[in-house]
Amino acid sequence: MNEYLQLMKSELMVILIIFILLFIKLGKGLPNGTLLSLVQLLLLINVAVSFGFNETGRIFNGMFVHNELAGFQKGILSLAVYLISLLCSDWLKDHEHMPEFFMLMLSALLGMFFLVSSDHLLMFYLSLELASIPVAAMANFDLERRKSSEAAMKMVMSSALASGIMLFGISLIYGISGSLDFATIWGSLRNEPLHIMAFVFLFSAFAFKLSVVPFHFWTADVYEGSPVAVTAFLSVASKGAVSFALFNILYKLFPNLSAPWYTLVVVLSIITMLIGNFFALRQDNFLRFLAFSSIAQVGFILVGLSGQNNQVISSVTYFVLVYAFSNLAAFGVASVLRSQLGIENISQLKGLYKTSPALAWALALGLFSLAGIPPAAGFFGKLFLLMSGAAKGNYWFITIAALNMIVSLYYYLRIVRLVFSAPEGEQVQEVKILKPVGLGLVICSAGIVLAGVVSWIYDHISSMV
Amino acid sequence: MNLILIILIPLLTGLAILGLNEKHARTAALAGAIMQVVIAIGLYLAFTQERSIGNVFPILFEQQYQWFPALGFSFHIGVDGISVAMILLTAFVVIAGVLVSWNMEKMKKEFFFFLTLLGFGAYGFFVSLDLMVMFFFLEIAVIPKYLFISIWGSGNKDYSANKLALMLMGGSALILVALMGMYFSMPPELRTFDMVKLAEMNIPFSLQRWVFPLIFTGFGVFTAMFPFHTWVPDGHSSAPTAGSMFLAGISMKLGGYGCLRAATYLFPEGAHEYSGIIIVLASIAIIYGAFATMMQKDLKYINAYSSVSHCGFVLLGIGMLTKTAITGAVFQMVSHGLMTALFFAIIGMVYERTHTRMVADMGGLLKVMPFIITTLYIAGFASLGLPGLSGFVAEMTVFVGSWENQTFFHRAATVIACASIVVTAVYILRAVGQVSMGPLKYSSDQKDDARWNEKWAAVILIAGILIMGLAPFWLNDLVSPGVEVITNKLAGK
Repeated sequence: MNEYLQLMKSELMVILIIFILLFIKLGKGLPNGTLLSLVQLLLLINVAVSFGFNETGRIFNGMFVHNELAGFQKGILSLAVYLISLLCSDWLKDHEHMPEFFMLMLSALLGMFFLVSSDHLLMFYLSLELASIPVAAMANFDLERRKSSEAAMKMVMSSALASGIMLFGISLIYGISGSLDFATIWGSLRNEPLHIMAFVFLFSAFAFKLSVVPFHFWTADVYEGSPVAVTAFLSVASKGAVSFALFNILYKLFPNLSAPWYTLVVVLSIITMLIGNFFALRQDNFLRFLAFSSIAQVGFILVGLSGQNNQVISSVTYFVLVYAFSNLAAFGVASVLRSQLGIENISQLKGLYKTSPALAWALALGLFSLAGIPPAAGFFGKLFLLMSGAAKGNYWFITIAALNMIVSLYYYLRIVRLVFSAPEGEQVQEVKILKPVGLGLVICSAGIVLAGVVSWIYDHISSMV
Repeated sequence: MNLILIILIPLLTGLAILGLNEKHARTAALAGAIMQVVIAIGLYLAFTQERSIGNVFPILFEQQYQWFPALGFSFHIGVDGISVAMILLTAFVVIAGVLVSWNMEKMKKEFFFFLTLLGFGAYGFFVSLDLMVMFFFLEIAVIPKYLFISIWGSGNKDYSANKLALMLMGGSALILVALMGMYFSMPPELRTFDMVKLAEMNIPFSLQRWVFPLIFTGFGVFTAMFPFHTWVPDGHSSAPTAGSMFLAGISMKLGGYGCLRAATYLFPEGAHEYSGIIIVLASIAIIYGAFATMMQKDLKYINAYSSVSHCGFVLLGIGMLTKTAITGAVFQMVSHGLMTALFFAIIGMVYERTHTRMVADMGGLLKVMPFIITTLYIAGFASLGLPGLSGFVAEMTVFVGSWENQTFFHRAATVIACASIVVTAVYILRAVGQVSMGPLKYSSDQKDDARWNEKWAAVILIAGILIMGLAPFWLNDLVSPGVEVITNKLAGK
């Protein structure tokens, strides 16, 4: 029993929070403001629980594995959820169904925790489902907006399709190897057509979740239609968890197929970066823009994942951490502007610096980091992904990736320029930054500045591998 | 001398500026700039002191800290004579830039913050001895330039800002790919980004052959190597005064320094392989830049195109691979940095008063602003290479060094480059004459001369130009041991 408590501490903590919320909801209930502060406090504790005291071990007949790295990855995901709860306070504090929102989000988080830890295809599938179905319900949380329902519908459809494809892949693997356990499967997979087909089906499901081109079509609409909190969760936590899981698939389940999957990952990575970048160039809706920019970032994660060396998982984990800080800074600003002023378009950001310098700085830092400009941590994140990819010796691929960074620079800088330029005509109105939002932005900015320059964080991650 | 100070002071100044209110930002910036000058001069004194007591180790004041050891980086800093010269140049240009922008009205605080940040990037770049640390600082110095142009700039600023940022980032992408290629092509136990260690290694020719051109071109974009010079005219003309000063005075030198230190020094066989191409491109830049300048009517464009031509001398000197020529290239970097910063400062001052930069719309300015126009003469003379000023010393050294090569090809290139001086004299004298002489073309109250801050900025830069022009030996003593290390490596010793 003690072992279960120790290895599943973060999962149990999340379940505990869900139950607390459930009882509060069933009982008399609390005023929204108090409840929000309580949830934020609980989530902070959850972050601490996830990062601290991680031990190595396997339970449930080896279906569930926990180690230091998995603990760190769960910590990143918990941190993302904590930051979202802070940054989206504007929207959450007035929402009549706030407890339900958190219950759904935490259920999805629970799914992600299991996903990171699973070492068995059945567990893997179940946790992926647990991580995606609640998100579809969350996408519909702006009850009065039609686009929100549309987003939820698209999310459900694409998730269902992805699950179907994945199940088919899993059944093929079961047919080949007669087992669902990672450790026994990998040895029986070889470079044969049927085995490659099984891999392609399994990979496609991940490509859906990660919105790798050509499986990205749901992304922009869902990002635009969903509440900002949900979009942030999808683009940071969901992408992060799936990237961690994809590493397990590529390196633990299909190491014997590394030649074919390398080609596939390289090709998809190039297309994903190109499409993400070139579509992001033309967007005016801020959330759609972030959708395409996150597609481009996924292309970069694939560069790192293709590396086939011992830096791969540390560079991906580090990038997801940095990406969480940077992207959430941008989403935090988007959330404040949308809920207080109804601003959704990039062109409306003109002159933001004049009226709310703090928001402008946070946004600029986030965008600099996404663009990969030092001293922001994003620079190091991308640099390490590129280095991980370059270790394979495929320099054309790295050159294309580096050139893509330049394209992305153009659109990130465009926003920074607008934010700092003098307003003409209508000014952006002043916004009130709530305390939790301020705290969230400070954490994000500090993360962006410190996570890179202080090399200790990366060293810590690479020491766990 | 602790080199960390050189990086720390601008950083702390920048943070202080952000924390202060609008009014005090400029005071903090000036205080920081003065401290930088003091430290730079102190560094120079400490460096010569060490040399005079017989410390012949090429790199002094070394420090090394762990920084991402898993990936082969280390925060390794140190200076040789070339870096000290560059640091002095940076300190001079930064303080002049702060003084010239003293009466900045729009978003002062942010302006001075970004100016200080640029200085931070440049200092860090010049002291770093690890290629990745160098790259990190190089990138830091790009984005403030973009913001300078797009926020405080004029004219077609969005286009210029994008062009500048994208081209410079393109250059750094080449450098990045080359660095990774170099790193991963070596056997695992030898992999490093440390320049000192790399210089001691024998990197195989097959590797040098493709890494050298990428790194050289990447840094070449920064220093306006033909055909990657197109960002220079647009960027310089749209930038605010201090921005242009910094761009031409320091930023283009980052490229020259990188070409010398990261490309030529570490990959000598590659340098021999490609020196012909470098010389051809440099000669084209020199001649093309000079003739293109003749056609310009806008003072800022005149100086921007002439910068293309003058920076061609830097690349020419490096491409010639002789000790004198490379020393000349370093001289030219310092000289061009000082005089072009002075030129841009004056153009800014003139524009503020006459509200035009078109040569044809000006005239008779010597009467109303004697100090400013006299300074313009000095900058112009330095630019066309009048003996006694810095330009002469630098260009002469490059020519002499180039002539040391015996082949027809090298001599032809030298002659062509020399011929550009005539063209330079034509455009400089014509522009300066039209601006200063003739009837006055704008109404003035006769008291439009430089204010105290502008006078100081000019005096500081002129002092640099004069010292270098009249007493070039002190710079030679400082630089030539560093150059010798590079030429020894080139000669295969």
